[in-house]
Amino acid sequence: MAYGDFVIQRDLNFTIGRGEVFIVMGGSGCGKSTLLKHLIGLQQPAKGEVFYDKQNFWSADAEQRLQVMRRIGVLYQSGALFSSLTLAENIALPLGEFTDLSKADIADMVSYKLALVGLAGFEDYYPAEISGGMQKRAGLARAMALDPEILFFDEPSAGLDPVSARLLDDLIIGLRDTLGTTIVAVTHELASIFAIGTDSVFLDSDSKTMLATGNPKQLLAESDDPRIIQFLTRGKGRGGTQMGVS
Amino acid sequence: MRKADSTHQSDIVARVALRRGENATAILEISGRWLRDARIEPVERILTELEAQSVKRLTIRPDGLEAWDSRLPCYLLKIADYCVAKAIELDIGALPQGVRDLLALARAVPERSGARRHQERASLLVNIGTRVLGLIKDSRLLIVFVGELILAVWALLRGRARFRLLDLFIFVQDAGPNGFAIVSLISLLVGLILAFVGALQLAMFGAQIYIADLVALGTVREMGPLMTAIIMSGRTGAAYAAQLGTMNVNSEIDALKTMGISPMAFLVIPRMLALVLMMPLLTLYADLMGIVGGAAVSYGAFDVSLIQYYHEIAKAVDIADVAVGFCKSLVFAVLIAIAGCMRGMACGRSASAVGDAATAAVVDSIVYIVVSDSLITLVLNQLKI
Repeated sequence: MAYGDFVIQRDLNFTIGRGEVFIVMGGSGCGKSTLLKHLIGLQQPAKGEVFYDKQNFWSADAEQRLQVMRRIGVLYQSGALFSSLTLAENIALPLGEFTDLSKADIADMVSYKLALVGLAGFEDYYPAEISGGMQKRAGLARAMALDPEILFFDEPSAGLDPVSARLLDDLIIGLRDTLGTTIVAVTHELASIFAIGTDSVFLDSDSKTMLATGNPKQLLAESDDPRIIQFLTRGKGRGGTQMGVS
Repeated sequence: MRKADSTHQSDIVARVALRRGENATAILEISGRWLRDARIEPVERILTELEAQSVKRLTIRPDGLEAWDSRLPCYLLKIADYCVAKAIELDIGALPQGVRDLLALARAVPERSGARRHQERASLLVNIGTRVLGLIKDSRLLIVFVGELILAVWALLRGRARFRLLDLFIFVQDAGPNGFAIVSLISLLVGLILAFVGALQLAMFGAQIYIADLVALGTVREMGPLMTAIIMSGRTGAAYAAQLGTMNVNSEIDALKTMGISPMAFLVIPRMLALVLMMPLLTLYADLMGIVGGAAVSYGAFDVSLIQYYHEIAKAVDIADVAVGFCKSLVFAVLIAIAGCMRGMACGRSASAVGDAATAAVVDSIVYIVVSDSLITLVLNQLKI
């Protein structure tokens, strides 16, 4: 992955299984959000391929890519709600475009999705009128509107209070268990990573490549790489003592 | 042995002194109040002295230190970095705990290699080259945008374009009725000016009556469409660029793309349609106001009766002239929409980038309008229309 001549990450090779909760981890500035952009169709890899179920995403034509993108949902870091539409209109947009539901059914579905994320009653508010955390939850409701097969989250817990972050975790598990949704999350939140992560990839900014993949709990128990351990234990090290910062 | 203190400039006194010890060691004595407004000897002098003394170990002694804030760790950081670079052993054990902690924190994450950027003054040749490359990049952007737009229009004609009708109505309202006042004012005044300037010359030959021809033909064929287009590019072209630019900053356009909705169809088509529908109507209205302005001058200043004025216009202007103006306004509408939307969607991700996009949109539109106007006029001249 590169911006012009500046390479951000290279030699990334990993698989995301269906029904997994896949965490993309790494220090700040290592290219996690950029990786997400490559997976969801916003940026083409400088070299390499992305496969959705054996279909080569980037060598397919624009129409086929659009088809794939309708099966995924994305929650952006700040929610990326359409600022000129109310919350209800935001969520109703994909429903109106891609389903045959009647107006009344769409309104019901919108209320249901908002209730799922804890925003019942806020249908007619504009994004500028609600707090950052609420915008994020509304963005999640919109990402879930079409019950996508894969949900991508860019820093989902950033800006959420601990209780909301926990509710979000529960929601993610619920989606995975009931609808079989695959989740791909870029996140730093260690509590969530260990609570819900089933697979992961660790990106490093100095070596510009991935250091490990696997279940985060396993990585914590078995990894030899100090950078991974420092990340997963918040600098404390496996023994619980402060790892030196010198 | 040197000391520096400042009692005359400010009331806060901070002192630093470098003393030589035994066996190539040096002692840095710090005393006084190391606060933000204190005058302190520049650290470079200390570093030059360290260099001159070829020291192997430096101990810092804050014996007379009364108070400190960020000045102290900031100063010491430079000394610490110098010691690391020159492999001088640094002893900070005597410093207050807080200062040591801050220094440790500031040095915890080493500077990322390759992160620091260097300012370079580029030569004129490089600047010219950069500009040309930028121009080529802009032209590519334009061609790609127009291509995608044509595809989107094709989809629209087949009934497959996806946008909200409500959006279209909002844009129509903004481009049309909301622009009424300014278009009235400008076209009235331009008609007035045109008439006045022309009539002054014509009056010398007693030919004032031909003001009517001048104003009517000039307005209907040129000034009406041109002035309306320039007004709309400033009003609406800039607005489109700013709207789309801000949406870009908020990742809203990315959100549309990943939702599987084409931003071209959803955002650009309704804006372009609104301009295409409203600008010809505004142009016809501007033509009328220009002629009215000319009438006011003719009647008020040059004794041309309104009946004469009307008849002269009826003789001079025929439907082909009005049609020329009308078609020009259609072309201009498309050009303004392209300029505004393209710059908006290509906008960078900051507040100043949105401003740049709006400016570029207006400049682009005006250039496109005037160039296409010249081309059209040239062609029509050759075809004798």
